[in-house]
Amino acid sequence: MYQYTDFDRQFIRARAAQHRDQLERNLAGTLADDDFRPLRLQNGWYIQRYAPMLRVAVPYGELASRQLRVLARIAREFDHPSKEVFDKAIGTQATWGTTHLPVGYGHFTTRQNVQFNWIPLAKSADVMDLLATVDMHGIQTSGNCIRNITSDELAGVAPDELADPRPFAEIMRQWTTLHPEFAFLPRKFKIAITGATADRAATYWHDVGLHLKHNEAGELGFKVLVGGGMGRTPVIGVTIREFLHWSQIMNYLEAVVRVYNRWGRRDNLYKARIKILVKAEGQRYIDEVEAEYQQIITVDGAPHTITQAELDRVTASFVPPTLDLAAPARNVKVPAERQADYARWLKQNVALHKNPALRSVTLSYKRLGQAPGDADADQLDTAADLADEFSAGETRVTHDQNLLLPWVREVDLPALWQAASHAGLARSNVRLLTDMIACPGGDFCALANARSIPVAAAITERYQDMDELHDLGEIDLHISGCINSCGHHHSGHIGILGVDKDGREWYQVSLGGSDGSPLSGPAIAGKVVGPSFGAGEIPGVIEAVLDTFRLNRDGRETFIDTLRRVGFEPFKLAANSARLLDAHTELHQLPKAEGYARDAQEA
Amino acid sequence: MTALTMKLLSAADASLDASGQEGAANTLVVANTEDPRTLKLEGVTRIDLHFPKFTDGRAYTQAFYLRRRSGFTGEIRATGDVLIDQLVQMERQGFSVAVLRADQNLDFAQKQFDRYRAFYQGDAVTAKPVFSREDNKELTV
Repeated sequence: MYQYTDFDRQFIRARAAQHRDQLERNLAGTLADDDFRPLRLQNGWYIQRYAPMLRVAVPYGELASRQLRVLARIAREFDHPSKEVFDKAIGTQATWGTTHLPVGYGHFTTRQNVQFNWIPLAKSADVMDLLATVDMHGIQTSGNCIRNITSDELAGVAPDELADPRPFAEIMRQWTTLHPEFAFLPRKFKIAITGATADRAATYWHDVGLHLKHNEAGELGFKVLVGGGMGRTPVIGVTIREFLHWSQIMNYLEAVVRVYNRWGRRDNLYKARIKILVKAEGQRYIDEVEAEYQQIITVDGAPHTITQAELDRVTASFVPPTLDLAAPARNVKVPAERQADYARWLKQNVALHKNPALRSVTLSYKRLGQAPGDADADQLDTAADLADEFSAGETRVTHDQNLLLPWVREVDLPALWQAASHAGLARSNVRLLTDMIACPGGDFCALANARSIPVAAAITERYQDMDELHDLGEIDLHISGCINSCGHHHSGHIGILGVDKDGREWYQVSLGGSDGSPLSGPAIAGKVVGPSFGAGEIPGVIEAVLDTFRLNRDGRETFIDTLRRVGFEPFKLAANSARLLDAHTELHQLPKAEGYARDAQEA
Repeated sequence: MTALTMKLLSAADASLDASGQEGAANTLVVANTEDPRTLKLEGVTRIDLHFPKFTDGRAYTQAFYLRRRSGFTGEIRATGDVLIDQLVQMERQGFSVAVLRADQNLDFAQKQFDRYRAFYQGDAVTAKPVFSREDNKELTV
């Protein structure tokens, strides 16, 4: 992992102090709420439906055990609303059926960050100070600026990797941090980077996607994609550069973002992302970026060229940890009656590694009774303990809202399986139906049109039979509570989107989307099956779609392959025939969140 | 440490300011939709760049263009929704004068400049990122 220098540490502490100053001025009435909002958002502080939400940055998903323990402490000591706040929240949510709101949790997000839902804003400065003690912060996890850079969860350990993206992600993280020109862009700006053949970072769905590659001369560089994004208008990124030498990436991105800052629309929130600009201007945008890049090189003198010395300095932080591969394995035997479970876990939760003696292991945070990607304080501490015992103290937050241990000795797999089982984190459902992506939805988020958590829970409950789940095979199910698409419904093989009609919760179902991974094929948005469904109809719709899959499946074919081979129509028909005569949507009235929609719009 | 070298004016000061006036021959008032590289700068000593809202960041790019590409060495003045929390980034992008919104408290301004020892990336004033600077050793120990 990247080792913070004194400069980096001092910078984070200065940022925490800056937040405290702004908070104090806001509480004293000398910094107006409207002026404070964009500032606190750029430190990860939203005001949500009932309470503030904090989004902690986890650069390219790498999280050390000492950091997990501080996140656990925040969940335990700070993620608690006042009685007044909680009474209002549970009272309001109860009117439309929510009977439980989790408190004291961290939540893993699709952009590899960690969120908390209940920390009182008055304590926010204390939390930032605490985070700074372990080199953590919330810088640019929200607001209309360059956000936390995401990457392949297997960065640096994947067998199919051409080059490790982490040193570049870190150098770019530093470049984006408090960039004076790009703090108030037309809209948020997200970068994803991968160095592998398989795209595990949904790069085609990002404002900028970067693929490390070699050119014909054998030099390392990037393929640069631009203009991908979800939201109201799903767009797949286009290649703006087939090859750019690695040393030039920041000079080039400066041109990409500068032209966006000049030309991006600011008159309409829904047309402000770079995808709209790239679509509208096409080649003219590309030509302008190229002209700007040439100016940066020739007139400015290419100031942000990455030097070999800087790359070497940062790369030195990412050398594999020293592991004693010869040490005896921990003495754990998998009991005979659990062999089948263990074999399934090996198949789904364990991935091959660059080092043949090692494996990457995913701890599943998708289980009954807890929202997808939620971990309470004890579970965060447990993950830290597992990381220390089995993975050189390192974990990764995955795009699919789980935690991955990247440095596990193969011989220790039985012991890790047993320990993870005891912690409830060894469910063998990684990449299966119940390993769904879901946003916090209308139980927390002020912008949501509908709740995500109860829908996720209903489907999880229906598909508890592990034989059935494994028989269905790998399926991406993605749930978003609104068109902002934080739950990536566009890229799900099955996508569920919460929509608002007459103040009630409805859900649109789409099929055939792809995140661009080898399982899913080239990135594409799913197609909507028809008018939206009531919440109570959703499990039946999913069941009907999956029955159609089983009926048409060829051998062990995956859901997405069957859908593409057979075509959309029979699935669409099945989904629509699962409608109930009365969907009882009156049971799903959705109170609009008051006042704070402007926060959510900058989400 | 970054230093406050910008001149800060209250709205009242600005109207009395003798260094130039709107409409004067030596002053250009530029909307944030214009490309400042197309401006004729002969005889111009002051350029006003406007922030209709402080969250509209186009003028930061305009100031960068004036300093870096056009080589403008005169006054670049920030007008409009100018708040003390953006002064540091304005200075880094080449603004030399800021006319603060009427409700802003000048007493809080200096503190904003005392906070960071240096920044990671280059800007309109300091071209190079910290890793390429001569004084990198002093900054990063």
